[in-house]
Amino acid sequence: MDKFLQLLLSGVALGGIYALVALGFVVIYKASGAFNFAQGGFVTLGAYMVYQFGTDWGLPFWLALVLVMLAMAAVGMLVERLVIRPMVGKPVFTVVLITLGLLLIIEQVVRAVWTMPGLVLSVPWGNGRSQLGDVTLRHADLWTMVSAAVLLAAFFLFFRYSRTGLGMRATALDQEAAAAQGISVGRSFAVSWAVAAAVAVVAGVMLVSRGGGALSPAIGFVALAAFPAMILGGLDSTGGAVLGGVLIGLAEVMSQGYLDVSWLGSNVEVVVPYVLMVLVLLWRPEGLLGTRRVERV
Amino acid sequence: MVGDGSATPVLEVRGLSVRYGPALTVLHGVDIEVPAGAVVALLGPNGAGKTTLLRALTGLLPFHHGRVTGGEVLLEGKPVGRANATALVRRGMAQVMEGRRIFAELTVEENLRAGAVTVRDRRRVAEVTRDIFAAFPQLAHRRGYQAGYLSGGEQQMLAIGRALMSSPKLLLLDEPSLGLAPRITEQIAERIVAVGAAGTTVLLVEQNAAMALSISEFAYVLQAGRVAMGGPATVLRDDPDVQKLYLGDG
Ligand SMILES: Nc1ncnc2c1ncn2[C@@H]1O[C@H](COP(=O)(O)OP(=O)(O)OP(=O)(O)O)[C@@H](O)[C@H]1O
Ligand SMILES: [Mg+2]
Repeated sequence: MDKFLQLLLSGVALGGIYALVALGFVVIYKASGAFNFAQGGFVTLGAYMVYQFGTDWGLPFWLALVLVMLAMAAVGMLVERLVIRPMVGKPVFTVVLITLGLLLIIEQVVRAVWTMPGLVLSVPWGNGRSQLGDVTLRHADLWTMVSAAVLLAAFFLFFRYSRTGLGMRATALDQEAAAAQGISVGRSFAVSWAVAAAVAVVAGVMLVSRGGGALSPAIGFVALAAFPAMILGGLDSTGGAVLGGVLIGLAEVMSQGYLDVSWLGSNVEVVVPYVLMVLVLLWRPEGLLGTRRVERV
Repeated sequence: MVGDGSATPVLEVRGLSVRYGPALTVLHGVDIEVPAGAVVALLGPNGAGKTTLLRALTGLLPFHHGRVTGGEVLLEGKPVGRANATALVRRGMAQVMEGRRIFAELTVEENLRAGAVTVRDRRRVAEVTRDIFAAFPQLAHRRGYQAGYLSGGEQQMLAIGRALMSSPKLLLLDEPSLGLAPRITEQIAERIVAVGAAGTTVLLVEQNAAMALSISEFAYVLQAGRVAMGGPATVLRDDPDVQKLYLGDG
């Protein structure tokens, strides 16, 4: 039971990170139908920039985090404006390849700028842990859960109640009808990229902190696990992204803790998200919370 | 061609030509005038270019790879140039699109809010929402419903309500009676009259010529991308060609 609780904590925290990355995918996909493979790159770049501002230049951690989120939001908008917007009307495949190229470029930039190996991101909670009975609560997990929860709540409030959020939802449903109301379709696209990039920063920082602070250009691979989270949750559902993220996080941690299938080789947990995804899709092709479209009468 | 010629018309279309893609010209020099405070009907057979004209007026041609190749549009006497859809809404145009195009997965209330994105003043939004719910009690009862589950008539009312949220000077409607029962069409017509009486200028595109001519002061007939007829609605109503072609009593 203690082992289960322990794994539950860790799984939900990891799931929170996946949820943030998956949310970034879904927001962009909903707004513009584009599939953003560069999301993993945003995660990596964000974590390194927080290292630069906070650890290296000595700004307070939370300030550094907020500044980098703003900076990355700007980067997201710039990318959208410069390379994605001109592709509107081109086949989806083109956009996918462009974002894939972007991912490679971002990774290369990170390798070129931060050449020193073994960089460590310092976070205020360090490697702290608390003992709750027989269960150990790692502070990194706690902060991951808290910041993911705060960010996701803020996002949903924004989406539901703000004018911009409403405009984005309307744009996702019918671009032309949205424009006819005076909603700026371009702005909706831009904001979706800004949100995705800003949220990726937090995902990156939390991911690094979970692993003890060691930075590596490979942290963007987290996107590979957020991917099935998003599809499992339902491509066009922000709520589904969160649910899918948590489920995948749990499945990964639980299988790591309980499954003894060493004959399959180590790292079974890497495959588990995909297995789970396929099983869910066989059962519900639109994903857990994906929409079967409401019929227009 | 119509109006008393003194006050500046709300809308003037001069020699407007529109093309889709590289070669398909759909409007060939259209001239139309909508005087302030009037309800003007635009009739014409399928494919005449009525929807295309509305798209050109409201900045939606880019969504269809279409563009204006000639002529100009003046809103309250000022050329609109290459203003985009958002700018045109801000300048006082709103439209009820062909096929209603409500946001099916948003609630009734959210659809109305979407019509008000250009309005900054929250109090004003609340006021107009109240007016619209008063005008369409059916909508008031379903404010929290997903709009896709409304009946066709209710969706059309929602589309009209959504367009009115920006308190437009000029309301453009594209076949609001399409696919509706006569009783509902009548209710919609009454609403359009009320909107006009409240001071909003209306350009009404309709296939239901009898209805359109009964509530408008002026009317135009568009045929194959050209204005074939235009004048006071009473004159068009008595015109033998119009009767034969559009009023079904030839
Ligand atoms: N998006 C488009 N791309 C290319 N051609 C188009 C497009 N929309 C309309 N057309 C063509 O332009 C012409 C005018 O169409 P339009 O929809 O403006 O007519 P309409 O008068 O509104 O007809 P209806 O009464 O059937 O709605 C038609 O020949 C149509 O095929
Ligand atoms: Mg039409």
